[in-house]
Amino acid sequence: MKFDVVIIGGGLAGLTCGISLQRKGRRCAIVSAGQSALHFSSGYFDFLDRTADGKAVENPLDAVSALPEGHPYRKIGVEDLERYMGEVKPLFAGCGIELKGDWSRNCYRITPVGGVCPSWLCLGEFTPFTTAQAEVGRNVMVVNIPGYMDFNARFVAAGLEKRGAACRIVDVTVDELSGLRANPSEMRSSNIARLMDSGHVAVRFAEAVRMKLSGEDAVVLPAVFGLKDSSVPQKVAEIIGVRTEYVATMTPSVPGIRTQMRLRAAFERLGGTYILGDTVMPSEIRDGRVVCLSTVNFGNEKLYADAFVLAAGSFFSNGLAASRECVTEPVFGLDVHAADDRSKWGDMDFFKRQEYIGFGVKSDADFHAVKDGVSVSNLYVAGSVAGGYNPIAEGSGAGTAIMSAMSVAEHIISKIG
Amino acid sequence: MNENFEQCLKCTVCTVYCPVVPVNTDFPGPKQAGPDGERYRLKAGLFYDDTLKYCLNCKRCEVACPSGILIGDIIQKAKMKYGPQKTKLRDAMLAETDFMGSVATVFAPIANPVLAARPVKAVMDSVLKIDHRRTFPKYSGQKFVTWFRKNMAAGQEKYPKKAVYFHGCYVNYNYPALGKDLVAVMNALGYGISLIDGEKCCGTALIANAMGKRALRQARHNVKAIESASDAGRLPVISTSSTCSFTIRDEYPHVLGVDNGKIRENVSLAVKFIYSLVENGEVKLVFKPGYRSKVAYHAPCHMEKLGWNIFSEELLKMIPGLDLTVLDSNCCGIAGTYGFKKENYEKSQAIGKPLFDQIGKVAPDFIACDCETCKWQLEMSTPYKVKNPVTILAEALDLDATAKANNHQ
Repeated sequence: MKFDVVIIGGGLAGLTCGISLQRKGRRCAIVSAGQSALHFSSGYFDFLDRTADGKAVENPLDAVSALPEGHPYRKIGVEDLERYMGEVKPLFAGCGIELKGDWSRNCYRITPVGGVCPSWLCLGEFTPFTTAQAEVGRNVMVVNIPGYMDFNARFVAAGLEKRGAACRIVDVTVDELSGLRANPSEMRSSNIARLMDSGHVAVRFAEAVRMKLSGEDAVVLPAVFGLKDSSVPQKVAEIIGVRTEYVATMTPSVPGIRTQMRLRAAFERLGGTYILGDTVMPSEIRDGRVVCLSTVNFGNEKLYADAFVLAAGSFFSNGLAASRECVTEPVFGLDVHAADDRSKWGDMDFFKRQEYIGFGVKSDADFHAVKDGVSVSNLYVAGSVAGGYNPIAEGSGAGTAIMSAMSVAEHIISKIG
Repeated sequence: MNENFEQCLKCTVCTVYCPVVPVNTDFPGPKQAGPDGERYRLKAGLFYDDTLKYCLNCKRCEVACPSGILIGDIIQKAKMKYGPQKTKLRDAMLAETDFMGSVATVFAPIANPVLAARPVKAVMDSVLKIDHRRTFPKYSGQKFVTWFRKNMAAGQEKYPKKAVYFHGCYVNYNYPALGKDLVAVMNALGYGISLIDGEKCCGTALIANAMGKRALRQARHNVKAIESASDAGRLPVISTSSTCSFTIRDEYPHVLGVDNGKIRENVSLAVKFIYSLVENGEVKLVFKPGYRSKVAYHAPCHMEKLGWNIFSEELLKMIPGLDLTVLDSNCCGIAGTYGFKKENYEKSQAIGKPLFDQIGKVAPDFIACDCETCKWQLEMSTPYKVKNPVTILAEALDLDATAKANNHQ
């Protein structure tokens, strides 16, 4: 089967790249081994949250020059970064995904445990707070849905109180949730959201919240609304009648799943082929080029393309594999950035910077993958499989995924055609 | 395949894509029923939860899993190992497709009206717990195998190339027309067809009804029979049922532990086989001028697990005048024998509802689908006929011109 471009990996990087290419008329296939990390999204896209010494970044572009050489942002350069950043909101809007926030500045978000973190843009139901106070209201009602374990109302309330709000935790439920509650393992965000998507349940729930109000000027709810219908969070807020803030839950992430589904649908609407649940087999690089890929399911039927993009994610998605001794890239055996000294891979203090998070495939200035020290002319890397940056320590996961994907798409169009 | 439940990272993605969870809160969900529950069951079988019977074995959890855990396989194996060891009469009747098919084919003129008659359905409902609202597939008066041996077998030698056809129960007992279409298309492409001596049901229904020993016997028998019919895996073996192909290729080794190493690579679906022939320039397709149809393609769950729905889609796209809509990925709810059971009927229809609604909106001339039980479900639950892509190909091709284009008469 022949395509212009075959992309390995169907998450944020792979889909952004695929959508950008399809919009320019290139015929793409995405091969994805299972669902992506968007299913664990906080609902916020980070660009560059913290400097190397841990200070919150206000204007991310200003902080790019201080990043180490070899960082994806340094490869792209401030000029192109600025152009891509301006294109992100329209690109996502074209896929039916509302992104809020000023792309030239960082915002703040409330974390699932009630803290505050810098971030960049956010999905429609969230608020891009402009100060680190992230003030929700003076008197806040934090809603707990009894039986739902993946949102901790007490942590959230404690965080808000630390920043000066008075909080009251209130249990709210509706009869329709009782079936789920009876099941010891399936009272999950996606199942609650599915019920809420059928309009009347969300309305009844919102009315129940409003009834419990006693003078509060704001309400905090877990982000379990709007799995398919993104208008549900707004409708709920309108019925409640006071300021309503949604806070991310533990996995699965309802806003993240919705985003994944819409990106994939947009890619397919543009004529892209999305192959889910298949794994690319170890493949050959011949004369500095990739000719074709084999997959587990396709067997003898190979995937041919002019260009290939490796956007397979990091360790979690098996884009990288680690043994006790070394870190490898399993499809092509590409060169990998990793500390030679095994004791430097991680820090015993979990909350410290973990070096292994920054391991990844080596690439040249145009994101061509490198094998045995030589660039592969038609193989690019995008997203967290690429090395040279630490998305957790920096807070740069979504930004690097989107920026490297847009950059790779542009290279492919200008160099390969 | 090893037990790989320890690779589970508890990410919960599988639970998002399980079609049962949204309609049946008694089902513990694939993560709990699969890798989580397995830890307990290994400790002691008494941790086995009878609600595992609500699993459809659709494998959507496996397609969604980012860590490659064979969640559905873990659940099916647990049902066989720890579940009730006595099979209900009803489940055995539904699962023993060869026995029921052989009897019903002989008595088809009687069996069809009898199975459709209201008093009979009422008795089946109350005594056997087979839901009275379910429409039974009609039995054919003549088995496909009988027709083939009588009319076609002798002429197959003259074709330059050979392929083996695994027809399955549905083609043999219920709908020989699909098998006839397959023979016509393959002959036009220059392939002579042979059948498998002593072919038995692939056993998917036995696995789903936790009849492990019967399934194992059948799998061993079929692997031997296919090995001998395919010259130890050297000839291509094609089928027209996504579930038959899937069961022989993956359920035999993963769920039943039957080694199919010699034949696995060559067991394929007709759509994938034909697509590859066209793509590699080995055959030419000549279509009838003026063919027109509006088609909605539904990818069966096992087709998505095989990852081969793309071949049906691409093959249908080759037909000039065919206006194709690919329906959203959604289980139809029947899952073989599952939807026939009284306790599952309503859940089964609820699972399929988004699909039925979408088909209604598309308003096609007919539905394309590679699975016979999806066909029963969709024909019962929507006003549209369902055709296998091979049948659509047979209708759209100018078979004589195709035969000529491939250099034989």
